[in-house]
Amino acid sequence: MGKIVAVTGNEAVANALRQANPDVCSLYPITPQTDIVQRFSSFVSNGVVDTELINAESEHSAMSAAIGAAAAGGRVITATSSQGLALMWEMLHIASGMNLPIVMPLVNRALSAPLNIHGDHSDGMGARDTGWIQLWSENAQEAYDNTIMAFRIAEHKDLRLPAMVCMDGFIISHSIERMEYLDDQPVKDFIGPYEQVNPLLDLQHPKSFGPLILTDLYHEYKRLQHEIIGRAKNIVLQVSDEFAKLSGRKYGLFESYRLEDAEVALVVLNSAAGTSKDVVDAMRDKGIKAGLLKPRLFRPFPYEEVGSALRHLKAVCVLDRADSYGGYGPMFMEISSAIYQAAGTGSGPRLVNKIYGLGGRDYMPEDAGKVLVELDAIAKGASVKAVKEYIGVRE
Amino acid sequence: MKKWNELVPGAVVLEAGSAEKFKTGSWRSFRPRWIEENCIQCLFCWLYCPDMAIKVEDGKRKEYLYDYCKGCGICAVECPGKKGQKAIVMEPEGK
Repeated sequence: MGKIVAVTGNEAVANALRQANPDVCSLYPITPQTDIVQRFSSFVSNGVVDTELINAESEHSAMSAAIGAAAAGGRVITATSSQGLALMWEMLHIASGMNLPIVMPLVNRALSAPLNIHGDHSDGMGARDTGWIQLWSENAQEAYDNTIMAFRIAEHKDLRLPAMVCMDGFIISHSIERMEYLDDQPVKDFIGPYEQVNPLLDLQHPKSFGPLILTDLYHEYKRLQHEIIGRAKNIVLQVSDEFAKLSGRKYGLFESYRLEDAEVALVVLNSAAGTSKDVVDAMRDKGIKAGLLKPRLFRPFPYEEVGSALRHLKAVCVLDRADSYGGYGPMFMEISSAIYQAAGTGSGPRLVNKIYGLGGRDYMPEDAGKVLVELDAIAKGASVKAVKEYIGVRE
Repeated sequence: MKKWNELVPGAVVLEAGSAEKFKTGSWRSFRPRWIEENCIQCLFCWLYCPDMAIKVEDGKRKEYLYDYCKGCGICAVECPGKKGQKAIVMEPEGK
């Protein structure tokens, strides 16, 4: 079963979308995502999918059309990057607030200004609080697998929430890697037919979306929204278990790499995790008990599980490929919260935050090596010089 | 009032025509007045009203349902009247 291919991340994701055969795709091109919707448009033109394609005039309109189509009762996709996601911002909240299971690959790219087209996580981290489920992917295989699973997760009857599948712009989206495509029919069987919930086009049962809810009920609706997205943790695990039976590839809420007996560890998302795992191996050979945790489900964030996986360590570095100017990196804030809750005050690992790779700046094995050596010293009693630092920056 | 766990996810309103229960007439600062003798029963007011403030019975418009009238004035603008005399005029509320 399946077929080994050499493809780019974008081509892999476009094929996952083809296998899901959505009813509607509303799109607007933006680098480095364009390749996904361009390939998907070819699938539409060649008749290999049954999808209605909408060429919108902006990402705001693309997401608006996706919301309308999803409310009407269709399986809906779009894809974007960077400024496109930023332009969608208000509509992202509407998609989640209306419980519409839109699936959207997000090819992570830096935000302007200054203008930059390369891979970092500023776009996705900016969408942290939009109520979307976020799955992050290390490589083309994970992006493909996550896209397939995203349909099952988003469309689950207990969730019905939009989901974005993140992968690094250019580093993954445009690099050719070896990976496995699953056969069409097993993927179609896995995803299953789209099941409508409260479709607007059910004319026998008229209904309204988007009512005005003021001080008397808004607070209650937001409480409900928090409850619903929290269900995603178990659903992601269930769907991932089923996917493992189909593909042989097992996914959890995050990946633990040599973490159980580690003393120091890196926490890092997406493609940089691949580089870091090699360095973890090299450091182990030198006697440093290194490990790594790579988050996969970022929203909802699995605080208890991540906290339990990290609290036994002596020192942890959270690597952020996005910044909060005047704050710590966005992943660092989550990991700090998770560890504090799991370990309590005055115990648990020492924590440092390194900002790396902004605007697509290369993250090299030496960068990971230096961080692990520093963590090893901290674990042996050295003091933390600075909680937040920039690595790979010219000084 | 409903509790958070009794709400329909997505704030979808599953009941058709429920706007009837939502009375918005108290927002009005101008009030339309219907002058029956100038009315030619063209029903433009009924057609153009964005809410349901024009009551129609047996094909004829009747008095306003002021519970649903926000005083937008569209009916008064669209009213062709009779021989140059409007059948709908807007007047300040509370006058």
